[in-house]
Amino acid sequence: MYTTPDGKEIFVLDCHTHFWNGSPENQRNIHGKQFIDCFYAYHTGLSPKEQLWEKSRFEKQSVEQVYRDLFIDGPDDMAIIQSTYLKDFYKEGFSSIERSTQLANVNPGRFIVNGSFDPRDGEKALEYIHYMKETFDIKGVKMYTAEWNGDSKGWKLTDPAAYKCFELCEKLGIRNVHVHKGPTIIPLSKDAFSVDDVDYAATDFQGLNWIIEHCGLPRLDDFCWIATQETNVYAGLAVALPFIHARPRYFGEIISELLFWIGPEKILFGSDYAIWTPQWLVEKLWAYQIPEDIAAEHGVQLTDEIKEKILGLNAARLYDIDVAAKRAELAQTPVRIAAE
Amino acid sequence: MGLPQIRGAQAREVWRRLGAVTDPELDEPITDMGFVERLEVRRGEVDISFRLPTYWCSPNFAFLMADGIRKAAMAPAWVSKVRVRLMDHCFADRVNAAVNSGEAFDAVFAEMSDGADLSEVRETFREKAFLRRQEAVILGLKAMGWTAAQITGLTLAGYDALNLDNQPEAAAQKPRYREILVEDGLALLPDDLAFVTWRADPLLPEGLGDHMMRLRSIRINMEFNGAMCRGLAAARYKEVDRSGEEPELIDFLLGRVPPRDHGASPQSRS
Repeated sequence: MYTTPDGKEIFVLDCHTHFWNGSPENQRNIHGKQFIDCFYAYHTGLSPKEQLWEKSRFEKQSVEQVYRDLFIDGPDDMAIIQSTYLKDFYKEGFSSIERSTQLANVNPGRFIVNGSFDPRDGEKALEYIHYMKETFDIKGVKMYTAEWNGDSKGWKLTDPAAYKCFELCEKLGIRNVHVHKGPTIIPLSKDAFSVDDVDYAATDFQGLNWIIEHCGLPRLDDFCWIATQETNVYAGLAVALPFIHARPRYFGEIISELLFWIGPEKILFGSDYAIWTPQWLVEKLWAYQIPEDIAAEHGVQLTDEIKEKILGLNAARLYDIDVAAKRAELAQTPVRIAAE
Repeated sequence: MGLPQIRGAQAREVWRRLGAVTDPELDEPITDMGFVERLEVRRGEVDISFRLPTYWCSPNFAFLMADGIRKAAMAPAWVSKVRVRLMDHCFADRVNAAVNSGEAFDAVFAEMSDGADLSEVRETFREKAFLRRQEAVILGLKAMGWTAAQITGLTLAGYDALNLDNQPEAAAQKPRYREILVEDGLALLPDDLAFVTWRADPLLPEGLGDHMMRLRSIRINMEFNGAMCRGLAAARYKEVDRSGEEPELIDFLLGRVPPRDHGASPQSRS
């Protein structure tokens, strides 16, 4: 719950968080080290100075720390944890559904744990989707199309094997597909950040919601074009939002483009925890005004009502959360963490 | 990040030429971005090492930069040999082997490039650079009160006569825009229009608004790359800005207290 300076209580659903283990003990090779180092560079590159963490704290978080950062010091009411395996880089995976579920079970009702699969596993991927549905009753998945898998250095949403998986997701009611679309390194022959495959997949799977994390940056124009055509494509603000501190005017341009093209109903807040923490991001977003010239040029406003939608109401709709009922439930069950 | 030690007139000449090599995604010189770690000249042989903001930077861009570096360094008549070395990158070995043997990118990365070569990528980024530079100049003119018709009607001769002294960004991009405009044959004669599309079509006054919207989205994407690259490079090279301040938390986190010697050679921070 975020309480605004004038006392209004805002429901916050943080759509993009992780419970990862990037520590040296879990790293399989140099790629594992370089991967978490790159995340740490994002953290140091865009965080306010007083929010910087030591490397060891960044590499792996304790259960207590996560609850504190998100729900006690942070304003989240609920958070969605994404699973990312990177099995070629990390011995036990980077962030697994089993480990995240253990975290979630400490304080029921706070977390939505999403699964993940790799369509290149073929039949096994289909079996695994069944397993995740039956064991964890997942409502969504995170797709990381740049993941290495043996000789393959990535895949596309439009691959036939991926379509089989999405068909199964639709059938099982796993409706929310979060797709990482940010800097990737393949395919080498093309513009490496293409979001074209989202266009096809979203058209062919109207029953699924496609949440594009990092709103396709650095392909914001292509993304906006697709998200404007396709009613089931959404923008996740993870990575875009931290610019609000380092380059506020630039953030104004991004959010103005999104508001102009795809509108206030399809933009979702995500802290990308543990790269950044929600407390400062939400505070800064609430206090933020788009610079006048940029707002006028686009003809858009970022009102309190729109901020409230971005911070939680939009995502609540996608995940079938009755906000009033959820607020009442959470008020009865404050977050408990082990005494220190 | 920063400058490598440059010793001697020949090294200075190579350094100056490297200023024309840009990061394709950012359209900014690699020398300004601090990517070049080492530049040495000995008996006509040039050694250049460079490093990108992350281990994961796209290998095609890395290759384009490596190739650009090699060509720029080969240009002076006195150069007999050039060795380019990309450091700390997931495909460093392959990029280095390719660029130093003169192999084509698609031969080295055949299994990952679907048989296509890099010319398409090159063309894409050339277009983006052209449009980004164009936007900067047009924004400058708009800030000076120019109408749409005045802007779309400007000729190359008129362009060359522009005084943009009060618009620093437009002034900086003016020669860079002209360079692509002329090199790619989009305008050649004094009466040719200065502002055209990448397909060399003229702009119409009533279409300028839509055109500018497109240019703005290209700039937003490129600025994202630029901001990320600078941030990541700063973190990777442990060179967060600390100009004249007391040590701050970041310095403790990155083990920079007591302060590092600024005169250290590039090799010492590998």
